[in-house]
Amino acid sequence: MIIGLDVGGTHIDAVLLGNGKVIKKSKVPYASISMIEGICRAVDELLKNEGPSEIERVNLSTTLCTNAVLEGKTSPVGMILESGPGLDASFLACGEENVFLDGYIDHRGQEIKPFNESIIREAAVRFKEKGISTIGIATKFSVRNPIHELKVKELLGVDFFPVVMGHALSGKLNFPRRVYTTYLNAAVYERFSYFASAIEKAFEERGITAPVNVLKADGGTMNLKKAVSFPVYTVLSGPSASVMGCWGLSGINEDAVVLDIGGTTTDISFFAGGVPLLEPRGIRIGDYPTVVRAIYSHSVAIGGDSAVRFERGKLAIGPRREGPPKTLGGPVPTPTDAMILMGLLNAGTKEKAYLAMKELGDIMGISPEETARLILERMGDIIREKVEELLEDINNKPVYTIRELLYGEKISPKKAVIIGGPAKALSLVLERKLKIPCIVPENFEVANAIGAALSRVTAEITLIADTGQGYLTVPELGIREKIGREFNLEKARKQAMELIKERASALGSLSEDAEAEIVEESCFNMVRGFYTVGRNIRVKAQIKPSVTNLKIN
Amino acid sequence: MLKARNRLGLVFFPAFDWAISPTHPEREERLLYTLDQVSEEGLEDIEGIEFFNPVLAKEEDIKRVHFCVPDVESVVTKSHVISAGGAIQAARALLEGKVDKAFAMVRPPGHHAHRVVYGDRGFCIINNEAVMLEHIRQSFGPKKVAIVDTDCHHGDGTQDIYWNDRNTLFISLHQDGRTLYPGTGFPDELGGPGAYGYTLNIPLPPQTGEEGFLYVIENLVMPIIEEYKPDLIVNSAGQDNHYTDPITNMNFSAQGYAKLTELLDPDIAVLEGGYSIEGALPYVNLGIILALAGIDYSHVKEPDYDPDKIRQPKWISDYIKRLCEEVYGKWLHKEDIARKMFDGSDFVRRKKRIYYDTIGIMENQEETIKVCRSCSGYTLIKSKCDLGYFILAIVIPPGACKECVEEARKIYEAADPDDYTGVYLQDRVNDEYKLKK
Repeated sequence: MIIGLDVGGTHIDAVLLGNGKVIKKSKVPYASISMIEGICRAVDELLKNEGPSEIERVNLSTTLCTNAVLEGKTSPVGMILESGPGLDASFLACGEENVFLDGYIDHRGQEIKPFNESIIREAAVRFKEKGISTIGIATKFSVRNPIHELKVKELLGVDFFPVVMGHALSGKLNFPRRVYTTYLNAAVYERFSYFASAIEKAFEERGITAPVNVLKADGGTMNLKKAVSFPVYTVLSGPSASVMGCWGLSGINEDAVVLDIGGTTTDISFFAGGVPLLEPRGIRIGDYPTVVRAIYSHSVAIGGDSAVRFERGKLAIGPRREGPPKTLGGPVPTPTDAMILMGLLNAGTKEKAYLAMKELGDIMGISPEETARLILERMGDIIREKVEELLEDINNKPVYTIRELLYGEKISPKKAVIIGGPAKALSLVLERKLKIPCIVPENFEVANAIGAALSRVTAEITLIADTGQGYLTVPELGIREKIGREFNLEKARKQAMELIKERASALGSLSEDAEAEIVEESCFNMVRGFYTVGRNIRVKAQIKPSVTNLKIN
Repeated sequence: MLKARNRLGLVFFPAFDWAISPTHPEREERLLYTLDQVSEEGLEDIEGIEFFNPVLAKEEDIKRVHFCVPDVESVVTKSHVISAGGAIQAARALLEGKVDKAFAMVRPPGHHAHRVVYGDRGFCIINNEAVMLEHIRQSFGPKKVAIVDTDCHHGDGTQDIYWNDRNTLFISLHQDGRTLYPGTGFPDELGGPGAYGYTLNIPLPPQTGEEGFLYVIENLVMPIIEEYKPDLIVNSAGQDNHYTDPITNMNFSAQGYAKLTELLDPDIAVLEGGYSIEGALPYVNLGIILALAGIDYSHVKEPDYDPDKIRQPKWISDYIKRLCEEVYGKWLHKEDIARKMFDGSDFVRRKKRIYYDTIGIMENQEETIKVCRSCSGYTLIKSKCDLGYFILAIVIPPGACKECVEEARKIYEAADPDDYTGVYLQDRVNDEYKLKK
């Protein structure tokens, strides 16, 4: 059996899965108790009639790090940055203290200029004086050569902990995002470590010996013990859990759109060829854009409780929520009132819903029933327009080859999976608007917890080989080693396929049927003068995101 | 995060799967390190910088500018259609009001492509700027445009296309043609009878540095542009004046290019040449982007940048000063000189030899321009090349008078196809393009 937990802002969704079905589900509010107590309460409730030894794994999606960042409950961080030539780096300052180094590594990972080591010694003194023990190090092009980041860490010695290095978090090129990601990982490190040991202790007390995993924003998991080094990966994993849940519940294997319709917002995600689409550059947390891999999710300010008004001859829905639906005692009519009147939703009374719609209908000069119908039509249109707009944007992302420009694949959803309170009530109208089948999966109200439960380990690595210089670099694993002139794309692929497993094991246990794949590859001949001086090879490999088949368990 | 002062549209298309040949300067690797730098700087995240994919230039976009021989399909490759389409996309983003400035970082380049095209010369087949400009003039109405070509090689193709068009002021700064391909671009090349003085050439001596380039921009180009009052300024932003470029001999820098861009303040920049793919391009492109966006570029410097090492000698400064005075004098007196040169003639004829270095063929051309009092006059081109083609091409420019249109069309109708391998008509007044064989 698997336990899946999704810790939200006010409550915890929990499911117990086994024998191909949802054995138990519960919702535990934890406003008055700590998150850890809430989690324990949820687990206890699931295990009322089960032995803890039956549990194969516990998967947990938590808002701990997200909230810590958004509420500023983070550790003071001393940042050591090296930007070299380019943008004026002063805008990157973050954390408590910032120190800028004067060295430079270029785009090929060549050390152009070593940094002055005395800057580090002086910084160490200053950090200690200020009581800063958490350090983040990010240097430009460290993903091409991490030596400056490693050197800084070495110079700082044992007096500081944790020391987070940018290259270990992502192989992506984007220095500002690397700086912010490094900062955030350092800033939430202590808080997450405390949480991890508390959970471990609590589970031990309950006799749960199964592995505990936490969910990442990319819809994969990592082992709780190993996650303490990468807490930043757990931010905003909630929406991703829901997308993974939809995948597990409805078996998406084509292009699809996922709509999570809530009270005030609708989250839109996509599947491309049966795999969740990722954010192209990484997720944004508050003011910080990061390189954290994440499932693409776009929030639109429209939901069941959005305020509905009649303005300038048109129905306006949202973006604000003025309170609960009028039927349930709220101040203004909402789409939920329309759904209740039309018999699509069981809540409150139809009489109150009738009055809510009449209020609006009288202004428009139409019947309450017609008003309700129009509201849902309008809501369907707004969602369709937004889906189309996002697809337009996604399908026009920059490409760099003639082949991709002329023949690149475009996402064109073949079905929609809809979850959230108003999902069932809206499915028919959305089917008509989107002109594709709309599925509302069973147990969708706990899709997030189910998604958490079914998620499996994911990982990604970037391998850069430069035979001109004779070096191979894999930043995520801190690898920089010599290679011969004969190293080629085929060898790079093979090595990447082996190393991705190593990276996955560093994040959690890799199940046997996990699928490794090469997601990007290129090989450029480097020509200087009229001679080929080497090859510049770039390969990205990943453990394919996947969900455990619900039916097998 | 940072915010751009000017909204900037970037069409960045490095064509990673296209090369002229594996070791040619125009090869897959050319913009690889520029993309690395642009990605690592996080430009995509700067508020106000927006990326666009190229559209494909259509056949009529190309025919509005060129006579492709034997036809468009035979000489123009997909890569060129995309490169010109990248420029079109950049210009459209600007004219549709999505951005305040646009930069097409596309390859292959285009400024050596003349009006008549037999194939590739100077790595160019179709003229990206001209195809872009005529596309937007067609879509958005007439525009008075200044093209400033800052590539190290003379923009001979652009000069040829706009030779007789006073609505397009063409100014080229380049390494002296006596020392570099294509060997043209001297101060006495000033334009046809309908646009005399609207082509200006400033050939700079090898070793010209930051001081020289910026002097020309500040003291010659900007005053002329201020007098000309164009609706749009286009920069053919070649980057091969850089001190590390392998095929030229100048001493310009990333800081210099960024300052030049800031001074010139173009609406649209289009990448041309530049083959120091590691030592220059990542920094020069970044400098130009930041200058266009109105973001601090003072830290954009090549790792080996040393202003003292690349400072130009004093004799070059003096020479450039005199050259600027000479060229400005020609600009100032263009109408008088034109009257003296062309008054009384009905036609102005010149002969040209055009070498296609990339494919190794020679073209011989005779260009005849009608001298007309009410318009810029039509142009007749007789062209012969080593490939065995002998064509007659007739250009009716936009704004041509009724008489010129009629006369030129009559010449087309009367031409005997048996005398040529093809007779071509480019009628911009009626937006009509014909070929008879």
